[in-house]
Amino acid sequence: MLNMLEIIVPAATPSIFQVIWLILVAVLWAGFFFFEGFDFGVGMLVPFLGKSDEQRRVMINALGPHWDGNEVWLLTAGGAMFAAFPAWYATLFSGLYLPLLLVLLGLILRGVAFEYRSKNEGKLWRTVFDWMIAVGSFLPPLVFGVGFANFVKGVPVVPCSAHASIDFAACETAFGDPLLVPRIFWEVFDAFTLVGGLLFVCLFVAHGSFFIALKTRGEIKDRAQKFGNILGIVAFILAAVFVVWANLVYFGAEATPGQLPLLGILAWITGALAVVGIGFAWFMNSKNRDGWAFIGTTLGTVLLTVMFFCFFYPGLGFANIVDGAATMDITTASSSQHTLVLMTIAAGVLVPIVLAYTAWSYFFVFRRRLSVENIPA
Amino acid sequence: MFCPMSPDTIARWQFGITTVYHFLFVPLTIALSVLTAGLQTAWVKTGKDAYLRLTKFFGKLFLINFAMGVVTGIVQEFQFGMNWSEYSRFVGDIFGAPLALEALIAFFLESTFLGLWIFGWDRLSKGVHLATIWLGAAGTFISSIFIIAANAWMQNPTGAWYNAEAGRAELTSLTQVILNPVFLTQWPHTIAASFVTAGAFMAAVAFYMLVKKNAEDAPEDDLVAYRKGVKLGAWVLIVAGACTVVSGDFLGKAMVTSQPTKMAAAEGLTAALDDPARVGIQVFPGFEVFPGFLNWLYGTDYIQTVPELEQQWADSGYLQWDRKANVPVAGTQLQQDFADELAKIDGLSPVNAIPDVTIAFWTFRLMIGIGCLAVLGGIFFLFMIRGKRIPSPSPILTAVAIAMPLLPLLANSSGWIFTEMGRQPWIVNGVLPTLQGLSPSVGIFNVAFSLIVYTLVYGLLAVVEVRLLLKYIKKGLPEAETVDVKDEAQPLSFAY
Repeated sequence: MLNMLEIIVPAATPSIFQVIWLILVAVLWAGFFFFEGFDFGVGMLVPFLGKSDEQRRVMINALGPHWDGNEVWLLTAGGAMFAAFPAWYATLFSGLYLPLLLVLLGLILRGVAFEYRSKNEGKLWRTVFDWMIAVGSFLPPLVFGVGFANFVKGVPVVPCSAHASIDFAACETAFGDPLLVPRIFWEVFDAFTLVGGLLFVCLFVAHGSFFIALKTRGEIKDRAQKFGNILGIVAFILAAVFVVWANLVYFGAEATPGQLPLLGILAWITGALAVVGIGFAWFMNSKNRDGWAFIGTTLGTVLLTVMFFCFFYPGLGFANIVDGAATMDITTASSSQHTLVLMTIAAGVLVPIVLAYTAWSYFFVFRRRLSVENIPA
Repeated sequence: MFCPMSPDTIARWQFGITTVYHFLFVPLTIALSVLTAGLQTAWVKTGKDAYLRLTKFFGKLFLINFAMGVVTGIVQEFQFGMNWSEYSRFVGDIFGAPLALEALIAFFLESTFLGLWIFGWDRLSKGVHLATIWLGAAGTFISSIFIIAANAWMQNPTGAWYNAEAGRAELTSLTQVILNPVFLTQWPHTIAASFVTAGAFMAAVAFYMLVKKNAEDAPEDDLVAYRKGVKLGAWVLIVAGACTVVSGDFLGKAMVTSQPTKMAAAEGLTAALDDPARVGIQVFPGFEVFPGFLNWLYGTDYIQTVPELEQQWADSGYLQWDRKANVPVAGTQLQQDFADELAKIDGLSPVNAIPDVTIAFWTFRLMIGIGCLAVLGGIFFLFMIRGKRIPSPSPILTAVAIAMPLLPLLANSSGWIFTEMGRQPWIVNGVLPTLQGLSPSVGIFNVAFSLIVYTLVYGLLAVVEVRLLLKYIKKGLPEAETVDVKDEAQPLSFAY
């Protein structure tokens, strides 16, 4: 039998690069939830907010130049987890198999639908693709909300050799005794995680309607604002419930050992500010200030992500439930120092460049508001 | 060990199906983006309408194809963790970085700048707009560099060592990963094949339309533009075809050192040889031509048969061969480090180190044969339109035009099946057996269910995609509109 990473390495003090990479992964997820958040929101709203084909096209074209780039944040976050914390990536992606399949299915459906919807005239064709956009935009936030709420609670892991549904022989030949998720699909759902899922869906819909209000003119903008008034308050209430529940019940709980009190305070602060941001967005939207409303939900999504990552130190959202076995944490899951240093240099150079040309695309090239009169036949 | 319904068999099928399917779209994305950028450059330089119309025509087809590449690509990145978690855990220190950098450098670049290109016709000046398509094309190129480097590392794991304490492979030298001889030859080979694919596509589409429009008495301008398309596509196809052969030769020579079993299987050397110096090429098993060709290609010292390699593996646990000392050697640092570990694992040794000879033999021939056929097709197109000629429509010409874009796709798929099946039984050549890379916690239901979902969704999308491609091909060249920066209220020059 080979030496086992998880068993011989004790929970050590993380290196500066391990901390940097946990922060960078958090930044990438925050970027994803911010950018793809309004993208998902607009997508979910397409069949409901757009009363005519032109109005739906206004909504889709507000995202047109950006949806693909927004999605890359997820790919980068996934790639960064793979590169910097391979054991995290391996345990998470194999452990939450069916939820991730739903995410992939959603992303496939909506991506194709954005590109192909207007390339044919038929009413049936367009209706089918509108619903593909809506469903494809609904599934991922629901899964991510439920998933991140599960990580707050600490998803249980066991060593392969103690995994009930794995033939012991399969672990004999595996290298080391990897930590794996013993759960079955429906065990990820409970009241708390469903609130998380609902929160993500409603927050993104609100974020998306503020984006539409910001990026369009005319009837569609008015309807988006009205919709934002309802969804904003729902998202605000859900966020408040979720933040209090998460911090009160799950921070420093037995299931997630080693969490730092200082980060507990930060989780409270960022969580509370996220709730305030969402409330602010709702208020500003009702005052017809669409720029401020969008900034409000931006703060909401980004700060909520920061709060989540306060929970993920050091256990990365997983918790070992077998006594005496090794833990999954920021040190045991990470890549070698050599790889982390190289990746840090690359990220330090590249992330600012990406942000610069993304900003150029949003704020300079495609800054104008769209309306039905901008839609060619 | 083989069981038709085991999770590992289904996971292998899933990887094969999703990867081959993904790679139907990738080569067109890589090379057609460059050709479209070239056409647009020609328009900006010369101001001729024909180039603008061709840019928009092929740009549209490129984008229909691009969308499929994007959505099927997401599955690829997730799949390593979902189905192959122990592979990911074992190699993540080396293999994860190219995937992360691919997303960070290439995917952001191509998605953002193609977005700017699609919607920027009336928002950007001519020069800046031209730059966006070149940057988008650069993104697709950079993407191919990273992913081929990652794949080449699986074929020949350079620049890494085995950290026994951590129980995994770790990076020692990024330079060695990049200077991997398999990567340095596999990447040009893949890029050249991509240009074969895009050249054949462009030539066939333009040829079909040229013949059709000529018979319909279309305006002279249209015919001139289509003729340009045929010529550009066909010449790209022919030149890229030559590059594919040359780079393939170098790749073969790199593989014969690093993966002798793969090449022995590809050449069908299943029995002891009477005279290694006289071995020729087997067209099909037992039918040999060009005696001495393999000697000329690789040198006698490298010609090893499957039985010899099997024996060598059984004796030494090594597959590679030191030509000067005439002894088996351990290969890369990682392979050397790990040889002892492999031997220690109960129930694992002996691994049968030889891939499926039939599959390797035939996919190798299909790749070369169909690829060459595509190049002949390019010459045929040029011949048919030589001088000022335009042939009249006939079912045979239509059949050729339909077959031509498909030939490189078949050749590419065969090439990848050969590359990946020829590496078996390893997921990391000479180090990690494929079976060891599997996710232990993912049950047979999950893998089978996801395979069914992907197959159904991919099948439906293929129908939609082909239908749209045909529709936009038949629509023909768009009009050359003047492109100005417009005011707020005017319609977008392009909209979904």
